Amino acid sequence: MDPTDRRYTSEHEWVKLEGDVAVVGITDFAQDQLGDVVYVELPKVGDRVEAMKPFGVVESVKTASDLFAPIGGSVAEVNDSLKDEPQLVNDAPYGSGWMIKILPDDPAAIDNLMTAQQYADQVAGSS
Amino acid sequence: MVDFGGWDMPIQYSKGIRAEHLAVRSGVGVFDLSHMGRLHVRGPDALRLVQWLTTNDAGRLGHGRAQYSLICGEHGQILDDIIVYNLGDELLLVVNASNRLKILAWIDAQRAGPLSGLDVTVHDATVETAMIGFQGPESERLLQGLVSGDLATLRYYASVKSTVARRDALVARTGYTGEDGFELIVDARFGPEVWEILLEERQGVQPVPAALGARDTLRLEAGMPLYGHEIDEDANPFEAGLGRVVKLDKDEFAGSKALRAISESGVERRLVAFELTAGGVPRQGYPILDGDAAVGQVTSGNVSPSLGTPIGMAYVPTRLTEPGTVIAVEIRGKAVPARVTTLPFYAHKTKKITPSRTA
Repeated sequence: MDPTDRRYTSEHEWVKLEGDVAVVGITDFAQDQLGDVVYVELPKVGDRVEAMKPFGVVESVKTASDLFAPIGGSVAEVNDSLKDEPQLVNDAPYGSGWMIKILPDDPAAIDNLMTAQQYADQVAGSS
Repeated sequence: MVDFGGWDMPIQYSKGIRAEHLAVRSGVGVFDLSHMGRLHVRGPDALRLVQWLTTNDAGRLGHGRAQYSLICGEHGQILDDIIVYNLGDELLLVVNASNRLKILAWIDAQRAGPLSGLDVTVHDATVETAMIGFQGPESERLLQGLVSGDLATLRYYASVKSTVARRDALVARTGYTGEDGFELIVDARFGPEVWEILLEERQGVQPVPAALGARDTLRLEAGMPLYGHEIDEDANPFEAGLGRVVKLDKDEFAGSKALRAISESGVERRLVAFELTAGGVPRQGYPILDGDAAVGQVTSGNVSPSLGTPIGMAYVPTRLTEPGTVIAVEIRGKAVPARVTTLPFYAHKTKKITPSRTA
């Protein structure tokens, strides 16, 4: 089961509130489907992201895939270590493989996203 | 699993493309190559047919030797790239899976037209045989325990009729990875059994099954063209950097008139290797930019698993082919700087192989 301390999108991102900011990454299922991640293209601090619109791209040896913002807001921080170590996304998708931190327009919007159980049901249904 | 030239094939096995790739660079990877077309050309006119069909000079191919070659159409366009094996009593053409039926039809058309009356048979043995790649620096040491005969005397691009795990096999020192390695052809009934035996750990080395994804990144690092990427019917051998296998000094062959004309007039674009000098992943079809102008296209690209850097091949105008030339690759609307470089991106440490007496 994926961590229950965060919420999930149908596009396989997770989002977790840490104080004022929402940390965003991709799920273990997503990294497994992508295979070896070799490059992550992320926005700059201060950029706007919109809910369920692409904010970046994750590329594996196999393919390139858009990253969707779970919620709208402004980018407060990006995970610079992914520049040199993109494989962190494979190794620790819920930890050091996080991608961006968003200062949300509306933190309560997170509650509309899927719980770990709902996400697990979606993944089970699609595979 | 994906459809690959009509075959259901895996992109990767459980370990993933990078692990499979690195296993081939450091140990042994095992590839199911049964999708590759295997066409046996037999009869008194076998050589004449192959000489007509292919651009390289099969007449110089000694018993037990193999050569890389091309099949070109009448305009000099590349119909396929192949390996020709001289098996002594017959010639074996190993063609790409996606081109097998096209090439069989092309052979029929040649025999109905310019080459009528030849005493030759072409037997498609693709489904009745299995082909397995056993590739990597440890391949000779491990395979030696399973074959009859001394592999140390088998030269690069040579083959020998032998046995693998007591089953009759053609053992060839050929491959598509840039490493030392072997390609084995056995009766299809014994394919699964030989596959399992090849995957057994021996002498402390665990062979790793490797699939299409690793095959692609390995050949890219080695600078080897892939049909449908670097070469296709829109490309001719000279722009693809394959002029060395077009022997215009042999007798007339399919496409030779057009190829001679192209050779004399020169080409306007050429295949080059490049590396990105900023972050990103170049992929097939991305435009090559010279300033703001799109002047070419990426044919293959990825992040090199061995080097960790983004590499690729592309067609560019001849004025941009000098190593060191700065170009750019357009990735999602952004120009990412790149530098033209030389092939291969990765070269294995050359192993000294004792010449065979028979070759």
